[in-house]
Amino acid sequence: MLLSVYIPFAVTAVLAVLAPRLTPLLPPRPAAWALACAALVTSVGWAGALALLAFTGVAQIPEVAEQGRWSVTALRAEDPVYLVVAVASALLLTAGTVSLGIAAVRQTRHVVRARRECARLPQTELVVLDDDAPIAFALPGKPGRVVVSRGMLRCLGDRERAALLAHERAHLRGRHHLFQGLWLLAAALNPVLRPLAVAGEFVLERWADEEAAARVGDRTVVAHAVGRAALASAGAPRPAALAATGGVVPQRVRALLAPPPARRRLPLMAGGLLLAVCCASLVNAASDSDRMVDSAQCAAYAAAPSAPSGEDHRHEPDICRR
Amino acid sequence: MEEREGGGARGASGRRGRGELESDVLAALWAADGPLTAGQVREALPGDLAYTTVLTILSRLHDKEMLVRHREGRGYAYEPVRDEASHTAQRMRSLLEGGSDREAVLARFVSELSEQDEHVLHQLLSGHDARAEDDHSGGRA
Repeated sequence: MLLSVYIPFAVTAVLAVLAPRLTPLLPPRPAAWALACAALVTSVGWAGALALLAFTGVAQIPEVAEQGRWSVTALRAEDPVYLVVAVASALLLTAGTVSLGIAAVRQTRHVVRARRECARLPQTELVVLDDDAPIAFALPGKPGRVVVSRGMLRCLGDRERAALLAHERAHLRGRHHLFQGLWLLAAALNPVLRPLAVAGEFVLERWADEEAAARVGDRTVVAHAVGRAALASAGAPRPAALAATGGVVPQRVRALLAPPPARRRLPLMAGGLLLAVCCASLVNAASDSDRMVDSAQCAAYAAAPSAPSGEDHRHEPDICRR
Repeated sequence: MEEREGGGARGASGRRGRGELESDVLAALWAADGPLTAGQVREALPGDLAYTTVLTILSRLHDKEMLVRHREGRGYAYEPVRDEASHTAQRMRSLLEGGSDREAVLARFVSELSEQDEHVLHQLLSGHDARAEDDHSGGRA
């Protein structure tokens, strides 16, 4: 408990620093899955560890101890966690949960709106907008649609157009919005994970680029499609709300002009190991704190005067008999 | 995964579903300057599609009232219907403007470029034959 409860925090920090640096070097599909696993496990680890730390503080409140039938003094004597740490953990956990809730509501609202718009669109996979600004995106739904503006179609050549469609189809087929949703929620719960979400966004684009390249059969064509679309968008006036994320497009083009990324096992295995350590230490910390509560219950039982006759519903905790 | 993607490349035109073919044809017509005949559409599409396939798709899209056609020579020339598309354009624009976390729902093809990005991109696209040089400058974002 003394050490193991802090290990999930360490793992989260290490992954938040390393993952954005390593994942662009990997083939995008395994990289996306690795980032998704990392986000999920570290979120659970983070929240679990905070909850355990907060619990040690909460459990010392006399009313809570009364309910749980454990001895506050015994718990305080055994507890290796400073009260300040426990209180800070409780606050962090509360803030994280609130922010997760807000993000989840917002996210759901966006998905519902996208679904509704999807249902109103003509029954074709491709929806063309009569708009001269170059726009292209994948709209998830049942079924998902590829939405492209006339301006975008006109700035691409025949093969580049095929690459664009293949790219957007890859987003829909791979259900990339679910990955993004997961990263977004993880970052809402724990802001330390925000770099993971940024890295994830890039990796998803790379995934769709690589799949488009496989479809079209030529990486250069996809590189040109991405580059040309980006340059056309840069030249056109656009709504202010399209937020800037710099540097991504040149990296994608560069990756497409280079040979496909080699498969690497080592970073994935190292990441998997870290996640396993995170899980194991959380389990260890949980069982430690369970044991602590048990012994505090025994202390409470031992300290209590024998119950009035006939009302003996205070059973001796099983664990004390051992 | 790599094997599957390789398979996709080989069958690039052979395994496209009906919906995908419709999209390809629609995209080609929207990209064109004027009405296209079935033969011209076929030329604009990647892969070797049969002329009759293109014709079938064109008439299906026409039945769905997504295309208008007029006689040209012995066949028809097709053009996309534009009025619905401009309504849709407005709705989709407002969807794109719906807050910062829309990013998670809508995967856009390209993000914005900074001035430096633009410069780098021009270089990459104009000189990608000199691949060795790119590799040396790979560290710069």
